[in-house]
Amino acid sequence: MLDYAWLMLLFPALGTLIIAFFGRRLGKGVISWLAPGTVLLSFAVAVSQFATLLGLPAEERHHEVVLWQWMTAGSFSVDLALLIDQLSVTMALVVTGVGFLIHVYSVGYMHDDPRYSRFFAYMNFFILMMLTLVLANNYLLLYVGWEGVGLASYLLIGFWFEKPSAADAGKKAFIVNRVGDFGLALAIMFIWSTVGSLRFADVFANADVLVAAGVIGTVTMLMLLAATGKSAQLPLYVWLPDAMEGPTPVSALIHAATMVTAGVYMTARSAALFDLAPTSAMWVAGIGAATALYAATIALAQTDLKRILAYSTISQLGYMFLAVGVGAYASGIFHLATHAFFKALLFLAAGSVMHALHGELNINKMGNLRAKLPTTYWTYLIGAAALAGIPLLSGFFSKDEILWYAWQKSPVLWAVGLVTAGLTAIYAFRSVFVPFWGQPRDQKLFHHAHESPPAMTVPLIVLAVGAVLAGYIGIPHLSLIEGWLEPVFHAGGAAAEGAKAAYPAAWVEWVLLAVSALVALAGAYFAYTAYVVKTSIPKQVRDSLGWFARLVENKYYVDELYDKVIVNPLRDLANWFAGTVDKAGLDGAVNGIAGIAGWLGGQARRLQTGLVGLYALSILFGAVALVAWLVIR
Amino acid sequence: MNSFNAPLLSIITFLPLVGGLILLVLPNAKLQKWWALAVSVATFAISCLLWVWWQAGEAGMQFVERWLWVPQFQIQYFVGVDGLSLFLVLLTTLLTVLVLLFSWEGIGQRLKAYLFLMLLLEAGMIGVFVALDLVLFYVFWELTLIPMYFLIGGWGDPHGEYKFLGRVMPWRIYAALKFFLYTMAGSALMLVAILVLYFRGGTFDLLELQKLSLAPDLQIWLFVAFGLAFAIKVPLFPFHTWLPDAHVAAPTGGSVILAAVLLKMGTYGFVRFCLPLFPDATRLFTPWIAILAIIGILYAALVALVQRDVKSLVAYSSVAHLGFVMLGIFALNAQGIAAATLQMVNHGLSTGALFLLVGMLYNRRHTRMLADFGGLWKQVPVYGFLFIIVALSSAGLPGLNGFVGEFNILLAAFQANRTFAILGTLGIILAAWYLLWPIRQMLHGPLTRPENATIRDLSVREVLTLAPIVILFFVIGLFPNLFFDKINPSAEAVVQALNAQKPAVSMVIDRMP
Repeated sequence: MLDYAWLMLLFPALGTLIIAFFGRRLGKGVISWLAPGTVLLSFAVAVSQFATLLGLPAEERHHEVVLWQWMTAGSFSVDLALLIDQLSVTMALVVTGVGFLIHVYSVGYMHDDPRYSRFFAYMNFFILMMLTLVLANNYLLLYVGWEGVGLASYLLIGFWFEKPSAADAGKKAFIVNRVGDFGLALAIMFIWSTVGSLRFADVFANADVLVAAGVIGTVTMLMLLAATGKSAQLPLYVWLPDAMEGPTPVSALIHAATMVTAGVYMTARSAALFDLAPTSAMWVAGIGAATALYAATIALAQTDLKRILAYSTISQLGYMFLAVGVGAYASGIFHLATHAFFKALLFLAAGSVMHALHGELNINKMGNLRAKLPTTYWTYLIGAAALAGIPLLSGFFSKDEILWYAWQKSPVLWAVGLVTAGLTAIYAFRSVFVPFWGQPRDQKLFHHAHESPPAMTVPLIVLAVGAVLAGYIGIPHLSLIEGWLEPVFHAGGAAAEGAKAAYPAAWVEWVLLAVSALVALAGAYFAYTAYVVKTSIPKQVRDSLGWFARLVENKYYVDELYDKVIVNPLRDLANWFAGTVDKAGLDGAVNGIAGIAGWLGGQARRLQTGLVGLYALSILFGAVALVAWLVIR
Repeated sequence: MNSFNAPLLSIITFLPLVGGLILLVLPNAKLQKWWALAVSVATFAISCLLWVWWQAGEAGMQFVERWLWVPQFQIQYFVGVDGLSLFLVLLTTLLTVLVLLFSWEGIGQRLKAYLFLMLLLEAGMIGVFVALDLVLFYVFWELTLIPMYFLIGGWGDPHGEYKFLGRVMPWRIYAALKFFLYTMAGSALMLVAILVLYFRGGTFDLLELQKLSLAPDLQIWLFVAFGLAFAIKVPLFPFHTWLPDAHVAAPTGGSVILAAVLLKMGTYGFVRFCLPLFPDATRLFTPWIAILAIIGILYAALVALVQRDVKSLVAYSSVAHLGFVMLGIFALNAQGIAAATLQMVNHGLSTGALFLLVGMLYNRRHTRMLADFGGLWKQVPVYGFLFIIVALSSAGLPGLNGFVGEFNILLAAFQANRTFAILGTLGIILAAWYLLWPIRQMLHGPLTRPENATIRDLSVREVLTLAPIVILFFVIGLFPNLFFDKINPSAEAVVQALNAQKPAVSMVIDRMP
């Protein structure tokens, strides 16, 4: 059964091709079945793979499928091959499962779009590339998926390319991601030249060779650079908020199931390398914690519903980085999975709001929407509560687990995570209370608002159920997911044992659990007070913060900073190259030489007098000179 | 197996020439077009037999033909192909077909002469890639100059003027002259070097000359003489300034051939002649050439970024791409040479296709300025789709052809010198930037200009022109070993030849700590 893993790739690949070439002829009816259908088939294959793995003993849950020998140049060789193990199957389940629901939702959401078929060709392609990324058995094939999801996001973010802002956002996403890809490309070069293979199994088995060669730190830091690009961490997160320009299901797909999780996945996959590079791992954790806090502050100050969610994604990805950075790889993947549910849910619910309000996203123009959009409201509420870490919902378990591991590594990381958790609860519930509670702020919008069709609400309900229940695969001390995934990260099991031995006493864990539960509840309560009961509070807080509030509202001016420090100087340099160096300098020199040759020719022409006697005389002098030279020499 | 024992290479080389001469007596335009296309298709079909009858795993020359041409000077008619030249021959024959297909409309006057020059050019280019006698090589090398000179000067962009050598001339004449003189100046020294080799070795036979052990200081001079000719052709920074003018001024068909094939004569020349003939000098010059290649990659990418004319953007992108090829060759290992050889083909396909696309748009709008477009994708969806795929191939997207060449080149360079490889890798960021820029400017955004709202999408003929290239993007990207298995043995042979004479120093570029 495991040998048929390639079927997971085949279905979305066929879907992409068929819809791209025959989409218009097939019509919306066929596509609305075909596109989600291919993803569902992949999901079915993933489930069968999962079941097969479950039936095997833990040490045999690793299977590779070589499709063909991909490239052999000189001594370099790499296969196009897939790896089926606990981690890749878990990822495949999340990608295809959540991806399928987003496809179904899109059938309703995109129904009136003139480029309906193109949209689904892109969506299938996105799933195909994400599956390539998570199923690859070597770094080069992973790189194919890595850049492939970048391309898919470029196409989908810029789907409404007539809008300059959408076109710019797509381009920005691709280029910023390429900066990260640069890191991955170099990491691959270091690995190949040191280990002589790019296959995961070979690389991890020979990780000590990387240590001996002294490049393990470089390799892992380059991977971190790559991951900050794809997973939107400091300093390369800037493309993600702009990615809102795409249709809402795209945001859900990018933020939840695909794309941004790639960096976390790669870091977890490379656990064997990060374990040997503690400094790099500390950087991963540090960047994760910093990003989590940083993005949460921005999310507090945004008024665009989707942007709040976008910064929230960046912040939550920070948690995942924190997890994999402190060595809690399984917890990182756990949070990735729960986040996939509740963030897909939140985005799709936001899309439903947008659908109801004709594209309006400013939460200050909404109000009391729960009266008009009950299903959307309730599902959004569940998603926001899960995001906020309200006890017994999925986000609570996964976030708490990360904080618990962070505590063991460093109380500072834990404290940052805890403060972020509080902020998260505030902005999550702000995004519930402001649009859905209170009084309608724009009567016209409110009046026209209407609940979305079942194609959109049913996926919301399914995801809401997932957002509640997904956490129970990882409740403390009974965690299924940890036991399932752990063998992938610690093949020998030795490192895990070592870590367990150093666990603090059990009561600490319960105290921390209670603390994070209290913080989440307190945040929710504060949001209730500030945005429902006494709505003057936000303004007071804002006024008391002064310049800092403006800094946060303007997203710390980071985009402006990048333009000033990197983009514009490069453009100026390029203009100088193109104008001065190339035209005036190099080309001027070439033409100058030609000019000198021409001038010399002109002078020489004067010697052509036509006087035969003069020519004869010249020949004579020349001959004499030549003979004289030969004799004297 | 070449079971008919036919002189395949001679047929491929001279069929276009003979076909071109017959073309001259054909009466009307329609017949001429069909004839030229038929000749090129036949040439391509026959050249495919090289692939079919290829001896797998063979490093040496295949399909060899050899007889004495000028007995007094031991000049031979000596041709053959190995893994390094096979795909360049196929690239030439394929692209000639596509260019003639493209030129079906829009040439206007003097069609017969245009078609004749194209076929003559094809014969010359194939000759360059199959010749194994230095005089024969030189003849073909110079032969390619003449038709290209006339193509640029005769059918080039009619706009603009330039003051050159004291007189004002149409810009296309300036571009043609500059192309001709610059290349000619470079190859004059090569002729001298060929003669020196003859006086040393008593033969013009390349394979014989490779066995010659030349004094290192002589090697240096000869390397410079050959290398200058090749470096101008590639073009290697800073010898590239003829290229933007020639490319932009040339008619589309000329730009395509120029970029796709003629530039490869330079890179091919380095692999075929400089490396095996002058191994010591090669090692000496390697770091400098690698540095120039890297400057080319980064510098040309930045210059491309600020071009307002999309054709000149593509022209500068060529300089950057050829920088990668040079970096691969001068990694001086089998992976680098094999990847560089594949990348020559890749660049020919993707940049050729970009010029075709720019030409198709020019035929409709008679402008190439980025600012004149915007929002085209809505108007011409098929065109937009193909443009994006081609741009992505050029940007080295994994899964497509460009990635296989580029990444292996960088890996190979990394083995030789990490700093060089890291700097070269920066080029892939810039490539994404300068290739997404024209997409943003031309295809995306609102369609504001009324002139753009009436242009029609690609015709069936135009799609057929691009389709083979796009299919090859995927074939090479997903199954590169179809190509590498033929290239690898010959690439390894080059490395062996390079190391055979002086095994003590294997690589001059130092490994970084």
